[in-house]
Amino acid sequence: MEGILKELEDIVGRRYVSASPEEKYIYSRDQGLQEPHDPDAVVLPGSTEEVQAVIRLANRERVPVVPMGGGLVLSGLTIPQKGGIVLDMKRMNRIIEVNETSRYAVVEGGVSQGVLKAYLERRHPGLKHSLPDAPPVATIAGNVAIHGSGHLSQSEGGFHSEMVTGLEAVLPTGEAVRLGSCSTVPGWFSRAPLPDLAGLFLGWNGTTGIITKIGIKLFPKPKMEDILVYMTGSVDILPDLIYRITGTEMAEDMVAAISPKPDWLRGFPILLITVTANSEEEMAMKVGIIRESVRHYYQTMESGFMPVPPYMKSQFLGAPLKDLSKFADVMKGGGFEYVGSIMPVEKLPGACSAGLDIAEKHRVTCSMGARVIGRGHCMMFFNAYAFNRADEDNMARSALALEETNRATLELGGIPWKAEAPGQQDILRKMEPGTIQLMNRIRSLLDPNGIMNPGNWEAR
Amino acid sequence: MEILNFKPELCAACATVDCLMKCQYIDIDLEHAREESLRISRGEDSEVLRKCVTCYACEEYCPFGNHPFYRIVDLQEQLDLLPAPRPLAESQVRMMAPRGTISKKPVSFPLVDLCAFPMLKGGIRGSLFSGVSVIDGMDIFCNLMFLHFARSSVIRERLPQITKSISSCYLEEDATREVICYHDECYGTYTSWAPAYGVDVPFRPVHLFQYLHERLLHLKDKIKPLNLTVAYQRPCSARLIPEMEHYVDDIFSLIGVKRAERRYDRGSALCCGGVMEAQQRFELAAENQEKNIADMKQCGATHAVFNCPFCFYTLMGKTMKEGITPVLMVDLCHMALGE
Repeated sequence: MEGILKELEDIVGRRYVSASPEEKYIYSRDQGLQEPHDPDAVVLPGSTEEVQAVIRLANRERVPVVPMGGGLVLSGLTIPQKGGIVLDMKRMNRIIEVNETSRYAVVEGGVSQGVLKAYLERRHPGLKHSLPDAPPVATIAGNVAIHGSGHLSQSEGGFHSEMVTGLEAVLPTGEAVRLGSCSTVPGWFSRAPLPDLAGLFLGWNGTTGIITKIGIKLFPKPKMEDILVYMTGSVDILPDLIYRITGTEMAEDMVAAISPKPDWLRGFPILLITVTANSEEEMAMKVGIIRESVRHYYQTMESGFMPVPPYMKSQFLGAPLKDLSKFADVMKGGGFEYVGSIMPVEKLPGACSAGLDIAEKHRVTCSMGARVIGRGHCMMFFNAYAFNRADEDNMARSALALEETNRATLELGGIPWKAEAPGQQDILRKMEPGTIQLMNRIRSLLDPNGIMNPGNWEAR
Repeated sequence: MEILNFKPELCAACATVDCLMKCQYIDIDLEHAREESLRISRGEDSEVLRKCVTCYACEEYCPFGNHPFYRIVDLQEQLDLLPAPRPLAESQVRMMAPRGTISKKPVSFPLVDLCAFPMLKGGIRGSLFSGVSVIDGMDIFCNLMFLHFARSSVIRERLPQITKSISSCYLEEDATREVICYHDECYGTYTSWAPAYGVDVPFRPVHLFQYLHERLLHLKDKIKPLNLTVAYQRPCSARLIPEMEHYVDDIFSLIGVKRAERRYDRGSALCCGGVMEAQQRFELAAENQEKNIADMKQCGATHAVFNCPFCFYTLMGKTMKEGITPVLMVDLCHMALGE
């Protein structure tokens, strides 16, 4: 590895390569429950050319490469399971272009959600992008690479990967490719009408290449926002509530929360409905239409809209939702992982029921919820487990709960999202053999030496 | 369990049925009103139980002090006729539950009870409140809000312990045993609801306005008349304690404020609409809010004065949009003292 380290230093500069024990320790783990593995080196490239050179070197030497954005995936996807190089993209943090009229931004592969948000607020206050409920250091590219979702996923077209207008990626053999309109003309405005090759890098968890630039859709930013909180006594009506409210097309974001904490919320699932508008009149109209869509429910007095005083609204408004992160440390032990399941909205009651059973069985604290994707086309249901790293028994029980939740998700007809390596194997066991063969052929073609994030999406 | 001191014979003999005839939300003729009143006094179902928006006003309208509103709420609960969605009521019952963490602590007097509104502490300052101690928290929350949720039982269950806690934790050293109630709701609990149900209150509640009036008299030389025309937003709980109403005029007079002649003030005060939103009566809530704001504008008020924090939060944004400054009564008094 000595010689490789020297070559890496020659490519990116000495400051941006490390094999020190403390760096290796940090990059060997995330906040979740997956087994840590040390990398052999951590490299921070500053340009596409540097990424290409690193990848060529790694490919030549058959050294694994694990691309990493914010390192917040929680399910171990950036843990170097077979050692090698962790390619930390944070230096590639330039915002290359914002096209105000066509509403897209082109950013480098290490640009974080927070940086783009701040940039748009300052320079393009009429525009915004869809933000995941993750800390602001989560990256745009990392998030689309795992099919992330966010606060505009309900209203503006679904998963963040569906908001990608173009990609520049470095293949496992070192070539840089552009996909989408940017491959043919100067603009990064669309993936259509060309053959859609961006899918080779979306949802693959970094096993097919490195995203070095990305075009992402921006959306109008209305001047006002408000929150409606619909409280029920049962999860059973949530799918129909979601169906009705998404049918109005008046809500910007919808998140269901089924939480054991705080105590007053236990047993009372709520639906957080964000509404945006440019005027009081528009807001009143939208809120009125949403209320009307569920009138027959609240007239029974078995569920209804909860008044939210102004001083409480900030808890529910804003992206990312800050209060969600409070649950992440509810056990005060610095441990947090969740199973995010992409599943049909009608599966929500079953997912809740399974989640409660699993939490009770393994005596773990579980908060559940769901972000509505598209107009209720599906949801990202989450079973979030906070645990105390200082409590080995608590960690072990949480790990068992996670594994069981993955299996329960598949049994229910959903698919675990950004699943950890064992969860990926659960998925692959259910997958059509033809699909697996195709995935394997694509990977063999793109990555003949199997250097990209090995241990992930490996069909056995 | 405490029982409401309600006399059916008074309703049977009532000629005017003011409780229903004066109701701003139920359109009813005298004969019909009498029938419904008798149903209620007999403990039977009545359309009134479903139409009631829990504005408290009939407590004030009843010429006999026979507690028609408390009776309505008791019946709503007995018959499970919910004015607000069940999950909202149940979650509020939990959210506002006593925490059992209250303990004795040294306090100076007078003692100001902020109930469940610690966010109002900022108003307890300056020469108006020099030397006072503030108490607040769920262990001393009066719980009267559950009248809006048909949950008298919650008040009955919690209030005896709450009054006992206030007395034993804060008042043992105090000969006057006075507690200044910031919110009309607390004062109404201790001086109207508690006696109606025979709950002992082992201290002397003092309404905030009475205290403010006395302090302003004491500080009279410091007052600079504000020369403002203000709209007073009378809260629902003021209906329980109409004997305190004159203090609003007395305070305004002392600080040089003109109480605008609103259509919706005093006996005709109109609910801020906040509770109606919890009851899912959105159109009515919006209508009340529009009426209140239009009324404030029409009478030339530059400021809207509140004492109830819930009314304040419900209407503050709408008043500001119309160029009317929302202000709490205590802050209006601070303004007059130049503080």
